[in-house]
Amino acid sequence: MAAVLSVKDLSVRFSTPEGAVSAVSGVSFDVEQGECVGIVGESGSGKSQTFMAVMGLLASNGRATGSAKFRGEELVGMKIDKLNKIRGSKMTMIFQDPMTSLTPHLKISRQLTEVLVLHKGMSERDARVKALEILDRVKIPDAKQRIDQYPHEFSGGMRQRVMIAMALICEPELLIADEPSTALDVTVQAQILELMQELSAQGNMSIIMITHDLGVVAGLCNRVMVMYAGEFCETGPVGDIFHDPQHPYARGLVSSIPRLDRVDEVRLQAIPGQPPNLQRLPKGCTFQERCEFVFDRCIAERPKLIGFAPERAKSCHLKGFDKVGAVIR
Amino acid sequence: MSGGAPILSVKNLRVHFPVTRGGLFGATRPLKAVDGVSFDMYAGETLGIVGESGSGKSTIGRAVLQLIKSTSGRVVWLGTDLAGKTRTQMKPYRRQMQIVFQDPLASLNPRMTAGDIIAEPLDTFEPGLPADARKRRVQEIMEKVGLLPQMINRYPHEFSGGQNQRIGIARAMILKPKLIVADEPVSSLDVSIRAQIINLLADLQKDSGVALMFISHDLAIVRHVSHRVLVLYLGKIMELAEAQALLSRSRHPYTQALVSAAPVPDPSIEAGKKRIVLQGDLPSPLNPPSGCVFRTRCPIAKPKCAKEIPALESRGGDASHVVACHFPS
Repeated sequence: MAAVLSVKDLSVRFSTPEGAVSAVSGVSFDVEQGECVGIVGESGSGKSQTFMAVMGLLASNGRATGSAKFRGEELVGMKIDKLNKIRGSKMTMIFQDPMTSLTPHLKISRQLTEVLVLHKGMSERDARVKALEILDRVKIPDAKQRIDQYPHEFSGGMRQRVMIAMALICEPELLIADEPSTALDVTVQAQILELMQELSAQGNMSIIMITHDLGVVAGLCNRVMVMYAGEFCETGPVGDIFHDPQHPYARGLVSSIPRLDRVDEVRLQAIPGQPPNLQRLPKGCTFQERCEFVFDRCIAERPKLIGFAPERAKSCHLKGFDKVGAVIR
Repeated sequence: MSGGAPILSVKNLRVHFPVTRGGLFGATRPLKAVDGVSFDMYAGETLGIVGESGSGKSTIGRAVLQLIKSTSGRVVWLGTDLAGKTRTQMKPYRRQMQIVFQDPLASLNPRMTAGDIIAEPLDTFEPGLPADARKRRVQEIMEKVGLLPQMINRYPHEFSGGQNQRIGIARAMILKPKLIVADEPVSSLDVSIRAQIINLLADLQKDSGVALMFISHDLAIVRHVSHRVLVLYLGKIMELAEAQALLSRSRHPYTQALVSAAPVPDPSIEAGKKRIVLQGDLPSPLNPPSGCVFRTRCPIAKPKCAKEIPALESRGGDASHVVACHFPS
């Protein structure tokens, strides 16, 4: 099956007064139709910037190189008016903070119908019918009344639902969700995740879920890609990443979070140190300073992302880890 | 850990903020941020306070430290009621109780060196200390919190988020307090750094016997660090119990919803999990529901819940496990 999104050797660099920062360093991946992919990483890992580049939304000092194809069409360097025919309609994105993504002085109805009138050439009346339908689908209660309200009249969770409704209204093939539940309270986060799960189960739309929270990924995604310092360090099916991670950073992440379902844990396995400075990335592996298994090859040579099992890949010079977690060199 | 008399005893604490009804001279009505909360804390104990935004968890911490004036109730610290004490009267108690904030960078003065920030409590409470003794004390505590003593002359912007939080913890620890209120101390940190700080707090507590009030919205983290956990909703305690009992035998429907809403980083568990998804959002604390404040979102609410406020009692269970619900499980 042809990939919905095909990214090859994509890099993002920002020029700053202190010098160039390489936020994303040559990543490649495909997203197939109907799959839900989780992108996990810490702040500064490049997880958001990868997709800001895909959407053509990089800040003005940012530059993307490489290739990102949506249904075969090259997005990197595409003219704005052509890009605008794709993003917001076939490929949409939702963000962490719904309040900053909604226009405060326009009614929800206007913000929802605008895309339909613009992208699909619908009449205002048809667009409104469709908007009501979609508000029902994201479970906004009393949609008929609420459609004529302003964003400030909605609570945080409801605003995020409106955002999701806006992203869905043109029936996109790809939905990119950047930490959609992070700013919300725990019980409201559960509502949004449940909604995302339903959307994912419903059909043909592909979802990319960008998050720092491994718990969110576990319940939602089929496939996970773990990012560190602008590169993928491990990719694979969700079960493998959680139960048998093969990159030391992925292993560290999985064992450093406290879990509600475990009673025996006494001490968390913390990853020592902190992520590297993106302006002065080392020559070898970007994780070398924090890795307890580091050896001379890691310092001399940057490992590439290489497949080691069906659907699984990692960028690490170690052979791997066995079932009981012992390192194989 | 609950041997002997409590070091802190909070009795029927209320913190109400006056809010105008609109208009310059409009009448005010109370926003009940904390509404009748009672609990004890013991030496060397970690009490976790968990709740969503607006539940009053931070307000409790600040009212205990007398950083916010309470409306009524008592805060008994080692036998002395602190409520209503003036600034000068409070001073001798301040060195025994300290606070660590959520955003490390915002809570450190950018124009002071790490050494001066950490020494500030010393300068206030031991002003006659000779310079070399002061420096020695600062370097001692820096080492304890995992900062290199040679970093003493650096400024906050030269440190990472995790290191800045270590500075904040060193500042709180330098006077060897008996109580530290830690208000979301890891929420603004990256996942791989969180475990470092959680482990550090646990080590410091084991070493010094300091009591920790650990305030967070993240139930998994609270469960991991705390001996006992207090669940807040709209300014009232819903449930208070030993950490493990609260998780495995939650009796309040709100606690049960919180437990089931927290995403577990394990796809096989998430796949089979029955999630209790609460409908709606937190009601406004300006206009809390009658009777039980949770009843509007409670899956098992009955007519009685709208009429009577449930008292916080053991209700036939273990005496150390109290719950405010008419129909606990």
